[in-house]
Amino acid sequence: MSNKFLYSLMAALVLTAIVLTACGAPATQAPAATEAPAATEAPAATEAPAAKEQVEVFSWWTGGGEAAGLEAMIKVFNAEYPDIEFINAAVAGGAGTNARAVLATRLQAGEPPDSWQGHAGQELIGTYVAGGQIEPLNALYEEEGWLDVMPETLIPLISDSGNIYSVPVNIHRANVLWYNPTILKENNIEVPTTMEEWFAAMDKLTAAGVTPLALGEQWTQMHLLETVLLGSLGAEAYNGLWDGTTDWSGPEVKAALDNYAKILNYTNSDAASLSWQDAAQLVVNGDAAFNVMGDWAEGYFRELGKVPMTDYGWAPVPGSVGVFQFLSDSFTLAVNAPHPEGAKAWLKIAGSKAGQEAFNPVKGSICARTDCDKTLFGEYLQSAMDDWASNVVVGSLTHGVVANDSWKSEIDTALGLFIADKNVEAFQTALAAACASSGPCK
Amino acid sequence: MFKDKDRYLSVILIMPSILAVLIFIYAFIGWSVRVSLSKWKGLTPDYTFVGLKNYLSLFSDPRFHVDIRNTLIFTGVFVLGSIVLGFLLAVMLDQGLKGEGFFRSLFLFPMAISYIVTGVVWRWLMNPATGSRISGLNLLFSYLHLDFLINKWHTTPTWGMAAIALAAIWQMSGYTMALYLAGLRAIPHELREAAQIDGANEVQIYRHIILPLLAPVTLSALIILGHMSLKVFDLIVAVAGKQLPLDVPAIYMWQTTFDGLFYGRGAAIGILLLVSVAVLIIPYIVYTQKTEVQQ
Amino acid sequence: MKTFRLGKNWLYLPLIAMAIFYLIPMYVMLVTGFKSFAEVDLQTMWNLPKGIHFDNYIEAYQHLAPSLRNSFVMVIPSAIISSLLGSLNGFILAKWKFRGADVIFPFILFGMFIPYQSILIPLVQFMRSVGLTGLLGLAIAHIIYGIPITTLTFRNYYASLPQELLEAAKMDGADMLGIYRYILLPISIPSFVVVLIWQFTSAWNDFLFAVVLTGNQDWPITVALNNMAGSQIIQWNVQMAGSLLAALPTLLVYIFLGRYFLRGLLAGSLKG
Repeated sequence: MSNKFLYSLMAALVLTAIVLTACGAPATQAPAATEAPAATEAPAATEAPAAKEQVEVFSWWTGGGEAAGLEAMIKVFNAEYPDIEFINAAVAGGAGTNARAVLATRLQAGEPPDSWQGHAGQELIGTYVAGGQIEPLNALYEEEGWLDVMPETLIPLISDSGNIYSVPVNIHRANVLWYNPTILKENNIEVPTTMEEWFAAMDKLTAAGVTPLALGEQWTQMHLLETVLLGSLGAEAYNGLWDGTTDWSGPEVKAALDNYAKILNYTNSDAASLSWQDAAQLVVNGDAAFNVMGDWAEGYFRELGKVPMTDYGWAPVPGSVGVFQFLSDSFTLAVNAPHPEGAKAWLKIAGSKAGQEAFNPVKGSICARTDCDKTLFGEYLQSAMDDWASNVVVGSLTHGVVANDSWKSEIDTALGLFIADKNVEAFQTALAAACASSGPCK
Repeated sequence: MFKDKDRYLSVILIMPSILAVLIFIYAFIGWSVRVSLSKWKGLTPDYTFVGLKNYLSLFSDPRFHVDIRNTLIFTGVFVLGSIVLGFLLAVMLDQGLKGEGFFRSLFLFPMAISYIVTGVVWRWLMNPATGSRISGLNLLFSYLHLDFLINKWHTTPTWGMAAIALAAIWQMSGYTMALYLAGLRAIPHELREAAQIDGANEVQIYRHIILPLLAPVTLSALIILGHMSLKVFDLIVAVAGKQLPLDVPAIYMWQTTFDGLFYGRGAAIGILLLVSVAVLIIPYIVYTQKTEVQQ
Repeated sequence: MKTFRLGKNWLYLPLIAMAIFYLIPMYVMLVTGFKSFAEVDLQTMWNLPKGIHFDNYIEAYQHLAPSLRNSFVMVIPSAIISSLLGSLNGFILAKWKFRGADVIFPFILFGMFIPYQSILIPLVQFMRSVGLTGLLGLAIAHIIYGIPITTLTFRNYYASLPQELLEAAKMDGADMLGIYRYILLPISIPSFVVVLIWQFTSAWNDFLFAVVLTGNQDWPITVALNNMAGSQIIQWNVQMAGSLLAALPTLLVYIFLGRYFLRGLLAGSLKG
C-alpha cells in the first residue's frame, strides 16, 4: 500500500516539475546578468571606458588554411585596433554544424557573441533575420563605401527588404568540374561544355574502364545536384526555383532530375563511404576522370603537392559556362551584442581590402570585393577572380545561399530517399512538397 | 529492524540525487514534451500548441521508418555482440594467465579513443571498393586469400548498420568485459570449489553457478549498452557521414533541430526515443525487482 | 622445478586472435599518425610511413596541451564524486529497503535514457541562469548525468550480496554508515573500478556538453581535438596523432585501475 502512495507522490512531483517548466516561458532575450563564463570577459557593462574593449567572434574556422586565413585577418585587425581584444570563439565541424548548434543554444539563452560567421544568403536571412538576431548593416556599408566594391549581383542575395545583413569576406565557387588532364588526353576527350558532351565523354570513359565521375557522401551528392540543376535549367530558371517562379513539378525540372539520375550511374560504387576529400583525391590519383566540387578542392590538391594544369584541371560544370554559382562566408552584427563597437570594428576589417587580401589567398578563396590585388593569388584563384567579375552570379543550395535551413534540410531528406530508391517521380514530388512547406511555393 | 536514525539518514542521503534528477532530467523532459507538442520552427521559440501533429507526421515519415529499422539492426547486433564478446573475454582473462593486465588494458583501450578518429579509421577499413581500388579490410582479406569475406560493409543495402555495429562493438566490448570481470571476481572461490568437489566440470559450473550469479551484471550491461545504442550519434556520423540509409533517430533529431531548425519535430523524435526505451526497460526492471524479493 | 603443462595456456590462442582484432584499427591510427599529409590516402592506408613524421605529434601536442589541464580538472572530481554518489545510492536502494526504494530506483534510472541533444537548450539556459558555466558547470553536469548509471551499477552489485553480511554487522552494533564504510566499501573495489573507468571515459570523451558549456578559455581536450580537425580540409595524420595523445591519460587510468580487479574480496567474509 505504501508503494502505491509513493508512486503517486513521485508521479505528482514529476508532473509538477514538468508543468512548472512547461508553463514558464524561458527567457530568450534576457541580457546576461550572471557571472561571466569566460575568465577573461569583463563583467557586462554598457560603457567600460577604463576596461579594454573586446569583440567575441564566433566561427568554424579552426584548422588548416581556414584558421591560417583567420589568423592573418586577426593580425590586420590587431594592427588597426590595438585597443580591442579579439576573442576567437571558433568551434569546428563541417559547414559549421557544431558551431551553429552552439550558437543556437547561446542565442536561446540570451547570450549572443558579438559577431558570427554565417553563409551569406538564405541560411543567414532565413535563420537569423527571421529570428531577429542580427542587425542591418546599411549604415556601415555606406560609411565604408562597400556598395561600390561589392558586386551588384551579390547585394540582393544578402539582403532582405532592402536591408543588408552581413559582410561577405570570401567567395567560393560551387560549379567547378575538376578533371585529370592525363586521363582526358589518353582517351581523346575534350573538356565538355554541355550536358550532351559530358554524357558522351563519360560513356567513352566507361568503355575504357575508367570511373568517369568521382562522388562522395550524401552532402556531396546534393552539391552535384545543384550544379546539374544549374547546368540543365540555365541561370534564370535555376533562380526561379528559389523564388517560386520555376515550377518544381514541371517538365524542365523533370528533365534536370533525369540528367541527375543518369549522371549518378557514372559514379564510383563506393561513393557512400567516401568523404569529399577521398572523392577528390580519386581524380588526382588517376582513379577517376571528373569530380564536381567547390573550389576549396584546389586548396586540398595543392596541399597534396599536386600541380595545377598538370595533375588537375578545372572548368565550369557542363551547361553552366559563364555562370558563377557562389557561396560566401560572411560576418554579422548580433542584436544585443555585448560589445557593438568592437563588433563593428571587426566588420570593418572583414570588409576591408587589407583584411580580405590577408585572408583569402591563405584560405584558398577569392575576395568578395572586386578590387583585391590579383597578384597575391595563385593560378586557379586568378581565373576565378576573372570569372567572378564577368559571369552571371547565382547562389549555391548546399552552402546556404538560395534556400533557408528548413527548406534545405527537407531537400536533403528527399535526396536521401531518392539515392536509396532512384525513383525520379517520387523525388520530384518530394521536392515540390519541400518548396511548399518551407519555401515560397504555394 | 533497522533503526529510525538510519531510515532518516538514507532518505536524506538520497535526496540530492533525487532533486538533481528531478531538475536535470524530468524538468528538461517537460520542456522537451512541450516543444514536441508545438509548431516551433526557426530560431524564435514558438510554443503554439498543435497537439500530436509532430508525432503523427513522424509515423508516416519514410525517413523515420528507415531510422527505426536501422536502430533495431544496430541495437541487436551491438548489444548481443558486445555482451557475448565481453563475457568470453572476461572468462578468458579470469583464468589467471600471465599477461592478463596487458590484454585487459588492450581490450579497454578502444573506449578511450575519440569517436572522430575511430569513425574515420573504421570508414577506411570498411571501404567497399573492389577491383583496382580495393582497400581496407577487403584488401587484407584478399591478401590472406579469404576472398569470401569481402563484402560491402556499411554500404550493404538494408543491413549496412550491422557493419557500423561492428565498429561500436570494437569500441565498447572492452567495457562489457570489465563489467563481467568485476562480477566474476566477486564470486567467492568457495562456491566453485564446492561445486568441483561435488563433481561438476567447468561447463557445468559456469552454466549452473556462475551465469546465474552474473545475471545482475548482464542486466546492467543490457541496460547500458541498450541505452547507448539508442543514443549513438557521433560514431555513426564519423563512419558514414549524414546519409539516409544509415540514419538513426539520434542523427535525424540533431539534423532536424540544429541544421533544419524544426525544433518541434526534433523534440518529438527525442520523446519517442525516450518512450521506446521506457516501454522496454521499465517492465524488465520491475520484473527483476520482483524476482529479487523472491530470492 | 615447474614443468610446462598445456593446462590453460591454449587460451592464449583465442586471446591473441582477439588482440589482433583490437589492434588492427590501432595500427592504422598509429601508422597514419606518422605519415606526411600527402601520404594519407585510402589506397595506401596499410603502408608503413615513408619516414617517421614526429612533427605531427608535436603539432598535435601544441594544439592540445593547453586544454589538457582543463580536462583533468573537470574529469577527476566528477568521476570520483559521481562514483561515490552512485555507491551510496546503490547501497541505500539495494540494501536499505525503506518504503519506496523500489520506486526511486527506476525514477533515477530513467534519467539515463534521455538523449542529450534534446535537453541541450534547457540545460544551457539553466546553467547560465544559475551562473554555473565553464568547467565547474561541466563537472556538475557530468556528475548529475552520471548518477543514474553509477547508481545502476552499484545497486545491482549490492543486490547480489548476501543479506547475512549486513545482519552480522548489525548484530555487532554497526549502523548504516558504519556498515557502508567498513564492510561494503572494501568489497566494492571492483565495482568502483568499473564505474570509475566509465565515468572517467565518458567525461573525458564528452564533446556535446563541453562545447556548449565552456568557451575557448576553458574548454577540455575533446573540443580542442575537434577543432584541430578543422571544418573543411581535414589533416588526418595530425588528427590521428592528436587522438592517440588525447587517449593516453585515459589509458593510464585504465592501467592504474586495472590493478584493483582483485579476486575473492568476499572470500572469508562469510564466516560461519
